[in-house]
Amino acid sequence: MVAPNYELIEQEGLETSLLEVSMGPHHPSTHGVFRMDVKLDGENVVDLKPVFGYLHRNHEKLAENMSYLANMPFTDRLDYFNSMTNNWAYALAAEQLVEIEVPERAEYLRVIMAELTRLVNHVSLVGFFVNDLGALGTPLLYAFREREKILDLFEQASGARMMCNYFRFGGLRCDVPEGWLAQAREVVDQFPRFLDEYEKLLCENEIILSRTQGIGKLSRELAVSAGITGPMLRASGVAYDLRKVDAYGIYDRFKFRVPYGEEGDCYDRFMVRMLEMRESLQILKQALDNIPEGEIMGKAPRVFKPKPAEVYGRIEGPKGELGFYLIADGTPKPYRYRVRPPSFINLTVLRDMCLGQKIADAVVILGSIDIVLGEVDR
Amino acid sequence: MSELSHEPLLKEFPDAHWDEAACAVIAPEGEARVMAEWLLEQGVDYCSNVTGVDYLESEVKEKITNDAGEEETVTRTEPGRIDVVYHLYSMKNQTGPLVIKQRTGRENSQAESLTPVWRSCELQEREVFDLFGVDFKGHPDQRRILMWDEFEEHPMRKDYTEPFDYEWEPTPHDEILEKHKKGKVIV
Amino acid sequence: MSFPGGGIFSGMAVTLRNFVGSYFDPDRLTTNDYSWRPVGKLPQSAGEYPKEGGEQLSDTTTVTNYSRNFPMLLHDGGVSPMDTIRCVACQICERECPPQCIYIEKAYDENGKSIKSPEKFDIDVSVCMSCQICVEVCPFDAIVMNSQFELSSPDRFGGLLLRRDDLLKSNDYYHRIHPEEAAARDQRMAEEKAAKEAKKKATAEAAKKKAEEKARAEAEAKAQEESPGNEETS
Repeated sequence: MVAPNYELIEQEGLETSLLEVSMGPHHPSTHGVFRMDVKLDGENVVDLKPVFGYLHRNHEKLAENMSYLANMPFTDRLDYFNSMTNNWAYALAAEQLVEIEVPERAEYLRVIMAELTRLVNHVSLVGFFVNDLGALGTPLLYAFREREKILDLFEQASGARMMCNYFRFGGLRCDVPEGWLAQAREVVDQFPRFLDEYEKLLCENEIILSRTQGIGKLSRELAVSAGITGPMLRASGVAYDLRKVDAYGIYDRFKFRVPYGEEGDCYDRFMVRMLEMRESLQILKQALDNIPEGEIMGKAPRVFKPKPAEVYGRIEGPKGELGFYLIADGTPKPYRYRVRPPSFINLTVLRDMCLGQKIADAVVILGSIDIVLGEVDR
Repeated sequence: MSELSHEPLLKEFPDAHWDEAACAVIAPEGEARVMAEWLLEQGVDYCSNVTGVDYLESEVKEKITNDAGEEETVTRTEPGRIDVVYHLYSMKNQTGPLVIKQRTGRENSQAESLTPVWRSCELQEREVFDLFGVDFKGHPDQRRILMWDEFEEHPMRKDYTEPFDYEWEPTPHDEILEKHKKGKVIV
Repeated sequence: MSFPGGGIFSGMAVTLRNFVGSYFDPDRLTTNDYSWRPVGKLPQSAGEYPKEGGEQLSDTTTVTNYSRNFPMLLHDGGVSPMDTIRCVACQICERECPPQCIYIEKAYDENGKSIKSPEKFDIDVSVCMSCQICVEVCPFDAIVMNSQFELSSPDRFGGLLLRRDDLLKSNDYYHRIHPEEAAARDQRMAEEKAAKEAKKKATAEAAKKKAEEKARAEAEAKAQEESPGNEETS
């Protein structure tokens, strides 16, 4: 199966054929153990098949043999950049099973943690993205310098930098230590300075413009049909953000805008993420202003044993819609536990975006999708 | 987000029935594709999540009223089945979710592919094929996706047992696992 | 930027500013030594690694007060740690541990009676994922998280299996590595103990009162019984 309307040009006296290249699974541009089987005519991509599953550990089967609470640390390991939002999605689904009211302070802290996670994800994604373009190191290290400060905040709150395991059904595991909110505010206040510099460094750079504008276009119709979510969907011109649509948690109390693109090319996907960071900072400022004192844990049952029910909880993760589908059967273990991984489903259109582009652009397009293999393979 | 009502769907497809416990519409056999196309026309343009659920054969006790008008408890055997679950939303109208299910047996499991209607089913139906062994009719590219091509079984089925020598090497952890396996600890 | 290549030049200006600035402004350094310091992080740096003479890095100098690594068992000091071990081998943590890395065997005295302490308590830290669920479920505050990270061992299989005696740490040590958390825990334990004692006292008093009332009632009954005789005699 090659691209539609593709014709291999025959030349007299010369034998021509397609070149098959297996990019990965250890290619540095594939963000993990991911493989693209590419068919090339010269430098042009005429067919592409994503191959993955190298990290498959059947997370869902593991979860069916464990209690609800014991699954929480495993959700950290799905998308290991964003453990806080993974926790939230799972907690949100489980809280529908048994109706627990989450206290006010916990809701605010959840929003703060989720938005900090979004900053961590987008800032390192942008770093990796320009790394794929050939800007080795420098922008990535600037991004990691800022990420470090946020990871330190996570460490103080939860005890771990990446595998936080901080959310619980009905609240949070523990309150943040004294002085944490002031530190968080300092980080939030200093972040725009970094963003200004970062924008100056990258957004008008002629090399980035020529490598990303018009590359990997994704039409609005295809994006919706293929279930693309998150910044990638918004770059294609659909302003669909679950924080606005579902208004889960307390997102309806915050004022923020949803940035979206027009062209749906790599540059739009890059810019949407840059702009989203500004909006996250807006939410963080409002949340830090208004956070009340109080309890951080609701009245959760001592033994989590929900009645038979089926629920689907979803949140706007930094990579897209992260959903958890749980079926309870009255035992302490979930009967069925399903993760709807955003980066897995966003890969559906990789082939469509790469066809007819150069092989070097395939790397850029993959970088702009923002995949984490822990989540793709589960 | 406002609810996406299932009533018009049931009106259009009288054979479909509403499962109150699961809050889902069970699609009649052979009509899932038509149903999906009709839903797409109604503006349900976004299929968020596709997955399978495996139910083993089980015995259920239920109360019925017999001819004499007395209540009695009858045990009947519920045959095993696999559900393919679709979570649908409308991005245009910002409504949802609507859950539809396709039911199939555990042997020769077959379902209709909805990939031609919603592209987002493509990889997810491949995953259901891989992990549950449901054959999707009309899927453009049905191959294993997470397990390797030579793998034969379907690991997400409830009766799947892993091979005894599967990635095994002796560690001090063995005695811990042994104890857990004996059921001494797990409740 | 209007002229061609302007974007690249302005980007280069940013890198130059960062390069020069890193000599004056610690915030521009990409390493950990920025002026902004998280709560609880002591201002010593880790220094060279590994240290001369095989000396291990001390736990308190390099990690924050809140970091968690692997579990440890607490005892309240004393001559032999096993005398004051808090763990009663109830096996709740073993049951709840997500990767199932805890192995407990109860201890018995010579008569075969359980003496409420673990004979064996092993944690396979090559499997442990530092999730802290064992700490949350423990009703006796017997297991808490350590921040010891120098656990490398040349023995792949045995070296990473921590036995009971490796895991035993005193409460003082816990106060040293996680001062705030330990203080909060001690306070909560004291409160619980006080509440328990108050309750015990209350029940004891109630029982005493009840016994007194019963005794009085009995005495009255006796007096009633005896009184007719008394009347007769008088």
